[in-house]
Amino acid sequence: MLLVENLQKSFDGFIAVSDARLEVEKGEVVAVIGPNGAGKTTLFNLITGQLRADSGRILFKGENISGMPSYEICRKGISRSFQVVNIFSRLTVFENVRVSVISHNKRTFNLFSRAESIAVSETEEILQSLGFSEKANRISGSLSHGDQKVLEMAIALGNRPELLILDEPTAGMSPEETRDTLELMKLLSRERGITILFCEHDMELVFSISNRIMVMQHGRTIIQSKPDVVRNDTHVQEAYLGGADERI
Amino acid sequence: MSDNRSAWKALVPWLAVFVLLLFVPRFLPRFHVYLLGLIFTTGLLAVSLNLVLGLGGMYQFHHAVFYGIGAYTVAIVITKTTLSPCIGFLLAPVVSALLSLAIGLICVRLSKLYFGMLQISLGSLVWAVVFRWYSFTGGDDGIHGIPVPDIISSTDGAYYFSLILTAICLIVMQRIVNSPFGRSFQAVRDNPVRSEAVGINVKRVQLTGMVISGAFAGIAGSLFVVIEGSVFPELMFWTLSLEIIIMCLLGGWFTFLGPMLGAAIIVLLRTVVGIYTEYWTLVLGIVLMLLILFLPQGVLGFFLEKFKRGGMKAVQERK
Repeated sequence: MLLVENLQKSFDGFIAVSDARLEVEKGEVVAVIGPNGAGKTTLFNLITGQLRADSGRILFKGENISGMPSYEICRKGISRSFQVVNIFSRLTVFENVRVSVISHNKRTFNLFSRAESIAVSETEEILQSLGFSEKANRISGSLSHGDQKVLEMAIALGNRPELLILDEPTAGMSPEETRDTLELMKLLSRERGITILFCEHDMELVFSISNRIMVMQHGRTIIQSKPDVVRNDTHVQEAYLGGADERI
Repeated sequence: MSDNRSAWKALVPWLAVFVLLLFVPRFLPRFHVYLLGLIFTTGLLAVSLNLVLGLGGMYQFHHAVFYGIGAYTVAIVITKTTLSPCIGFLLAPVVSALLSLAIGLICVRLSKLYFGMLQISLGSLVWAVVFRWYSFTGGDDGIHGIPVPDIISSTDGAYYFSLILTAICLIVMQRIVNSPFGRSFQAVRDNPVRSEAVGINVKRVQLTGMVISGAFAGIAGSLFVVIEGSVFPELMFWTLSLEIIIMCLLGGWFTFLGPMLGAAIIVLLRTVVGIYTEYWTLVLGIVLMLLILFLPQGVLGFFLEKFKRGGMKAVQERK
């Protein structure tokens, strides 16, 4: 479904991503791990078009999407959440999600119907599936950090993605919220058949849900394989865990 | 059903105001009727600017150009062609929208302040052409004594024309603000990166907003011709653009009708203070300073906030 080949990106001479390779099959849950500064977020920004790659290819369902503007990539079926909360903080929770549903339904340039009566049931359904119904009318900027991270995901779901990209979905969450998020990801993958690509520092979560794991270091892909293989790979242990003694 | 009923209920006071305004020429002196017409026209102009400034968060620094072009379109069709004046009035929003499109296509590539600066320079270019092209626009003299159709040439006729057109435009603009487009425009204002990530073509939304806003400014321009019977290059000079921005800020740029109130305050201030001194901008400056210090949300914004808080308190007390 998604294939990334030899992707490169540098900022003013600093090479953030030097040789990233990644493969995601339909229906999979794939994690990207690696130490801070390994280039995970940059990689995601390249895939979803917030950044433009210097070289390399990104194929989505066989089509090269590298260099496309992000709104077009979103319409192809990839939507994402952001690591640093990135929501419409002055709008209510409901309006936040409705914006992406309106966009998905191609109603953005509809000038004369009433927004109030549009996309209501779809928005409600998404909020309900995330257990957000009671908070629908809260101004999203006033939510707790954990709730804002979940809202991130809700906004992304408004576009009914085939591939959902989550950039550290549990960063800054309490253990309880982390557990809920894990359950939610499992649900989305299993019941809705959404393919998920995510990066995360919580190793327990990564190994409990991923079909395959890709490891990055210094902007380079070291390995992408099944969790067991990754766990026992000596390169990974040396590079990522700082020594062979330390076990994941 | 109950939603519908409450929507109608909310309309009642506005209908009452409209009906009251219909009878105003019967008991007010002519000068006041003229002044009210001018307030509607200027208010419509300010509300149209606020579509992009308040709703879209774009620094539309040279809105007056679209106003002026609308006015000149009507003036030129009436005085220089044999076409029916009706065509002039229909053309005004179209020409303004096209100019918005042309200037917008160049400007939306830039963001925030750079957008505004480029717009000022492009708008000033249009002003310079109008200012110098004596054979077509009348140059710095402008065009005076424009013979508008008899039915709207009297003070009362001009008043009704501006009242009705302003009312229609406000209804349409209110509709646009509450449309899916309006919501998306607001989302773009709050967070362009995220908007783009949910599939919104941000530049196209901004350009569409500019074209709509320009068209309404053009209609306001055509109303000006009816009320004043003349046009002159100052209509599209950048200082007027600044004045329109001040109207929005003064009235409250996060409210729909705030700019209308701001326009009323400024028109009245200019007229009343202008009787005593030509330095009326001095008073405007003081008003502005007070505004920034004490009412950063604008006059209407302030009262709405108060009203809301008062309402909340009442609800809590009842509980």
